[in-house]
Amino acid sequence: MRFDVQVEVSLRDGISDPAGATIERSLPALGFDGVEAVRVGKSIRFQIDAPDETEARTRVEAMCERFLTNPVIEDSAVALSASEREPASP
Amino acid sequence: MTVRLAVVMFPGSNCEHDVVEALGRVGAKAEVVYHAERSLDGYDGVVIPGGFAHGDYLRPGAIARFSPAMTAVTEMAREGAPVIGICNGFQILTEAGLLPGALQKNSGLKFLCQTEAITVETTASALTNQAVKGATLKIPINHFEGNYTCEPETLARLKSDDRVVFRYGQNPNGSDDDIAGICNEARNVVGLMPHPERASDALIGSEDGLVLLRSIVAAAS
Repeated sequence: MRFDVQVEVSLRDGISDPAGATIERSLPALGFDGVEAVRVGKSIRFQIDAPDETEARTRVEAMCERFLTNPVIEDSAVALSASEREPASP
Repeated sequence: MTVRLAVVMFPGSNCEHDVVEALGRVGAKAEVVYHAERSLDGYDGVVIPGGFAHGDYLRPGAIARFSPAMTAVTEMAREGAPVIGICNGFQILTEAGLLPGALQKNSGLKFLCQTEAITVETTASALTNQAVKGATLKIPINHFEGNYTCEPETLARLKSDDRVVFRYGQNPNGSDDDIAGICNEARNVVGLMPHPERASDALIGSEDGLVLLRSIVAAAS
C-alpha cells in the first residue's frame, strides 16, 4: 500500500522561537492585533510504500526520531493516510 | 614527531583550508580529508571545520552526521584523540551525539559575523590545555545558528562537571548561560562557535586563537 505522509516539525515547548517571536512582533505594525503564541515549524511531505498503516507509521516515526527532527529541540506530528494516487507501475 | 591532524571537508565546508593553514603555523601537519573517507588511520586528531556541510539542509549537521567519515570521527572520539568542531563542526558534533545539546537560530535572527571576547572557563580540554583559565580571547564568530540550547539537567551537568569551555563576554546570540563552547565527559571532544583559525595572525586582527590550536597539537601528541 502507498500512503501520503505529512510530518509537521515544531520546536518543543519551552524552546525559544526567534522566527515566531519576530512574526508576532511584526503583526501589530501591519494592523493585525490580538495574535499570540506564534510558532514557526516546517512541514515535510512524502509518500511511502508499506504493507499496512501500522508499519508505515512505525517507519515514519523512526525517520522522525533518527533524521527528520532533532529531539533535543524539536517535536514531530505525523499525519498519514492511504494515497489515492496510483502506485507506480512495476 | 610531527602531529598529523585530519580536517574533514564536507560538500559545503568553507573553512577547511584556513584551518589547515592555521594548524600548520603551530607545527602540525594538517590535511584536508574528504567526508566520504571511511578511515582516519594515521591521524592523531581531527577537526571538523566551519561552513555549511551538505547545504545545512534540514538542520545544520543533520545530514553531515551520516557521512562515512563520521564513523571514523566517532571512533577517534571514543579512543580519546582530540576531536574539535568549529562552528558548523560544533553543530555536526551535537547532531552526531558526540556533544550534548543543540544549536538554535540566533535569538536576534541575524547572521552574526564579528569578533567576540570569549573567556576560557576551563583548561582541562583538548582545546584549552595550553591556555590560561579566565583569559579573554578575541575570536571571530560567523554564524546564524549558534544559540546553544540544552535541557536544564544537561546544563546543570555541564556546569557541575566543568565542561563549559568558553563563555561570551557579551552574549551575541542568546546561548544558554552565555556558552560559546563545551566539551564531552572525557574532555577530548570540544565544540565551539568562534573560529580560532580566523584569529591566527596579527595581520588578520588577532592571534588569540593560536593558543587553542597549540592545545590541539599538545592533546594529539
